[in-house]
Amino acid sequence: MREIHASAITEAVAELCISTNKHLNKDVYQALGSAMEREPHESAKETLRLLMENAQVARQESMAICQDTGMAVVFLEIGQDVHITGGSIDEAVNLGVRRGYDEGFLRKSVVGDPLSRKNTGDNTPAVIHTEVVPGEQVKVIVAPKGFGSENMSRVAMLNPSDGVDGVKGFVLDTVRLAGSNPCPPMVLGIGIGGTFEKVTLLAKKALLLPLNVGNTDPYYRQLEGELLNAVNETGIGPQGFGGQTTCLGLHILTYPTHIAGLPVAVNVSCHVTRHGEKIL
Amino acid sequence: MAIELRTPLSVETLRGLHAGDQVLLSGTVYTARDAAHKRMAEAAARGEALPFDIAGQTIYYAGPTPTPPGRPIGAIGPTTSTRMDAYTPLLLRLGLRAMIGKGLRNPKVIDAIKESTAVYFAAIGGAAALMAKCVTACEVIAYEDLGPESIKRLTIEKLPLVVAVDARGNDYYKEGPAAYLNFLSQQP
Repeated sequence: MREIHASAITEAVAELCISTNKHLNKDVYQALGSAMEREPHESAKETLRLLMENAQVARQESMAICQDTGMAVVFLEIGQDVHITGGSIDEAVNLGVRRGYDEGFLRKSVVGDPLSRKNTGDNTPAVIHTEVVPGEQVKVIVAPKGFGSENMSRVAMLNPSDGVDGVKGFVLDTVRLAGSNPCPPMVLGIGIGGTFEKVTLLAKKALLLPLNVGNTDPYYRQLEGELLNAVNETGIGPQGFGGQTTCLGLHILTYPTHIAGLPVAVNVSCHVTRHGEKIL
Repeated sequence: MAIELRTPLSVETLRGLHAGDQVLLSGTVYTARDAAHKRMAEAAARGEALPFDIAGQTIYYAGPTPTPPGRPIGAIGPTTSTRMDAYTPLLLRLGLRAMIGKGLRNPKVIDAIKESTAVYFAAIGGAAALMAKCVTACEVIAYEDLGPESIKRLTIEKLPLVVAVDARGNDYYKEGPAAYLNFLSQQP
């Protein structure tokens, strides 16, 4: 049994809130670069170049890459053989968010009640997903989520008879309905299977996967490739003004599901897709 | 190639712009997004004056990050404009001349843009650090309690914009992708 003090979680969360918001992940930056090289449409190419320049400026000047520094989505993978001391885990996470968003000059974008809408002033509470896993580590993943893209996300309970074509159709409809709103080029996380709430969590987790690595299952790797091509054939392009680069990458995560169901979820993210992790 | 403009933007200037034109805008703009628009609409409904004289002005749909020490502003890219659609025809009737944001506007807003001879510009979504470099001064002028959503008067210098909807109602979000797909279909 290993003891980890809650303050270590707070520290990790605070650090990751800041770093994910100011240093664009390498795989996303590289995807922008490859997209820029392949992009045949001149104005789209220039937009992609400006997005890369923005990422450089943000890193050099310690500024947020995007002003929507997001609602903090935190995943905790807690080893079964870990004992966390020093108070509530959720409070430790929220303290980390409060600190990170304060010290990092990040925007406070959370309202305490969805209908009365008073800003909480410190970007808490975070949305926290906790899993217990084998072992004696704690993995902390912070994935700030901006809502321009989040608002374009969708879930559907398809009929099993809709099959893979139904899934493809749903993904493409989601992209077309989103259009320019999620600041294309997008990154898509797709969940297939599970239940109503599980499938959306799969889609969110799919956004944590590196862009340059395909699905481990050959069938889904091929489907990922087909979907990426189909999305880029819409011609929506960077900022929605036309071009080849509508999507930088997408991943599919699946889970077993009911004999009567085919849940599918598309979690839309933008080109400022942010996630970072620390292992305690 | 980009057209350099300075606020306040005149109706003749706006008439000369076309969907897809690249613009570098300097001068004064006012930030306002969801909560500020709601408050302004409520004020107007009560017959009260808006917190600033909107006639001829430009609104930037933006809620910046907090200002780091020694800088005029934090990161400040555009937010999704469609959330302000419900309030926009009213503000255009009250004299709003131009808007800066990102994403599609609904048909009622496009009609109102045509009626008022206004223009809707798009700023690059997610290039918030670059946009910050174009802001030389910032002053909170209303609704300070809204924090990032307060109304701020910004002095901007050569902010890169694209004309998204021109005063004739041409929409570059439709024309841009169509032109690209057309260009593709003509490739060997």
